[in-house]
Amino acid sequence: MEKVLEVKDLNVTFTTYGGEVQAVRGVSFDLFKGETLAIVGESGCGKSVTSQSIMRLIPSPPGRIADGSVLFKGKDLTKLKESEMRDIRGADISMIFQDPMTALNPTITIGEQIIEGIMQHETIYRQDARKKALEMLNLVGIPNPTERLKHYPHQFSGGMRQRIVIAMALVCEPEVLIADEPTTALDVTIQAQILDLFKDIQKKTGVSIIIITHDLGVVAQVADRIAVMYAGKIVEAGERREIFYNPQHPYTKGLLNSVPRLDLDGADLIPIGGSPPDLFAPPTGCPFAARCGYAMEVCDRVYPYKTHLSRDHHVDCWLQDERAQKMLAGVK
Amino acid sequence: MTGYIIKRLIAMVVTLWFIITLTFFLMHSIPGSPFNEERNTSEAVQRNMEKFYHLDEPLYVQYGMYLKSVATFDFGPSIKKSSQTVNEMLGRGFPVSFELGIVTLIVAVFSGIALGIIAALRHNGFIDYLAMTIAVLGISVPNFVLATLLIQQLAVNLAILPVATWSSPKHMILPTLALATGPMAIIARLTRSSMLEVLTQDYIKTAKAKGLSPVKIVFKHALRNALLPVVTVLGSLAASILTGTFVIEKIFAIPGMGKYFVESINTRDYPVIMGTTVFYSSILIIMLFLVDIAYGVLDPRIKLHKKEAS
Repeated sequence: MEKVLEVKDLNVTFTTYGGEVQAVRGVSFDLFKGETLAIVGESGCGKSVTSQSIMRLIPSPPGRIADGSVLFKGKDLTKLKESEMRDIRGADISMIFQDPMTALNPTITIGEQIIEGIMQHETIYRQDARKKALEMLNLVGIPNPTERLKHYPHQFSGGMRQRIVIAMALVCEPEVLIADEPTTALDVTIQAQILDLFKDIQKKTGVSIIIITHDLGVVAQVADRIAVMYAGKIVEAGERREIFYNPQHPYTKGLLNSVPRLDLDGADLIPIGGSPPDLFAPPTGCPFAARCGYAMEVCDRVYPYKTHLSRDHHVDCWLQDERAQKMLAGVK
Repeated sequence: MTGYIIKRLIAMVVTLWFIITLTFFLMHSIPGSPFNEERNTSEAVQRNMEKFYHLDEPLYVQYGMYLKSVATFDFGPSIKKSSQTVNEMLGRGFPVSFELGIVTLIVAVFSGIALGIIAALRHNGFIDYLAMTIAVLGISVPNFVLATLLIQQLAVNLAILPVATWSSPKHMILPTLALATGPMAIIARLTRSSMLEVLTQDYIKTAKAKGLSPVKIVFKHALRNALLPVVTVLGSLAASILTGTFVIEKIFAIPGMGKYFVESINTRDYPVIMGTTVFYSSILIIMLFLVDIAYGVLDPRIKLHKKEAS
């Protein structure tokens, strides 16, 4: 499969009055053509910062890509000039934000907001751009698009607005779409529709999608592969089925245990105790050690190495070490 | 929309009527009369004069007559300058005051907004601090102090600009500068703070994610949203510029309306007091009305005909 995007050892820091926050600490992943990668994790784990760093949209200062590279079509996006980066944004890599109620400019018609994106990247007549916008609105399921083009965002419902945001992001036929919690602000029935829309559009256009979420239900519906982030690191990644049915990292297991299930009694919901570590001074060992039921002495001292369980299922955990495996076998 | 405008017009007339009534009775409650200073007039002459201007009638009759004359846009003759009517005075003074006011407003709005945008884009940088220092100075220094300073430095010491009067574009520079600095500072501070707020909004991030250039983001996406608070104060700023012209006109010996206005109060020239007050109030009311209309143009979410629609 063709690699579209390759993130290597990405480090992002924010300088604040309290010191330097290491929001993303050495994240690496690949994105293949036509697939959907889900990045999951709790609030503050660095998943949004990772996605915005790919687009170089983190506010700078205080944010800074301290180290690492983002390779897109052989170009390292972290080294491009701002003007070159502008040509990529919206045309090659697009982004959808969490809240459709605030993501659209309230004083500009939605038609103009879609058309200006096309005009920015393509040499095209306005009428043709308008035609394209119409087609796109049709594709994302806005009824009566010719009329709707002239309307302002406040004249649409939340679900409709998210469809418009998606249309806006896809109108220049990008190769990568980054969706940062695209369904969090929507109610559940609309969520399902929007997720179906993602799958539908992916089938039609072959776009690669990175979806960022903390909702495992969303992940189960759309993701091909999953990367679990914790305290600025990807602690486990793999194919969807492997993560759901054979999770290896205690944090991944904890996440899955804290999802309510219809087939089990409500009492079986097990939350993960404690809270994530302070990223001003991240622990030298495994950041999850303090909350982990399996923590060993080594976990506090040294960060675990990456263990490959299959072709693309890998996990950062000391439990995978053969000495730990031996000990576990002994306990059994 | 038309329903809204009609409603507003009626409200404007009512407001104006309140102003007329208040001014009328306040004015007559000030002790003294137009003929007090003239010691040499005999009692018979004074009584004749009062009769001529209907000042011997009971107050409510005078009030009624006055309302009637305002309704026909005739503010009557001046008592002190017996050869002139108030309408003539307005006709002569207003174009000059209007010119000064409009030029000032334009200078204040454009330079204020520009200064605010630059400050917001260079947030916490040197230019930001410089612009805001200028703004604080502009707000704190009263325009008459600034006017005298400007005259002293630019007109007297350096002699590059005329000291006073109103005859060529060159003459306009100093009074406009003195009058525009305060409003400009207010607009600059407002634009900066609302711009800073707008720039953190999600739709700005969306615009960036579309690959738009910073110029497009600022002028197309941010400015329009950031201007609403500025438009809000525009009405009252126009008022302060109007009243500010009185003092500035006096300092620069500009033959505008301010002169008549101030003099008329000192000499109890009743028709002129009423005429100028009513005239200025009307302008202010119209300005506020235009501001409300501008809201709807700037922000489509503000519907001026809400009642009709529901």
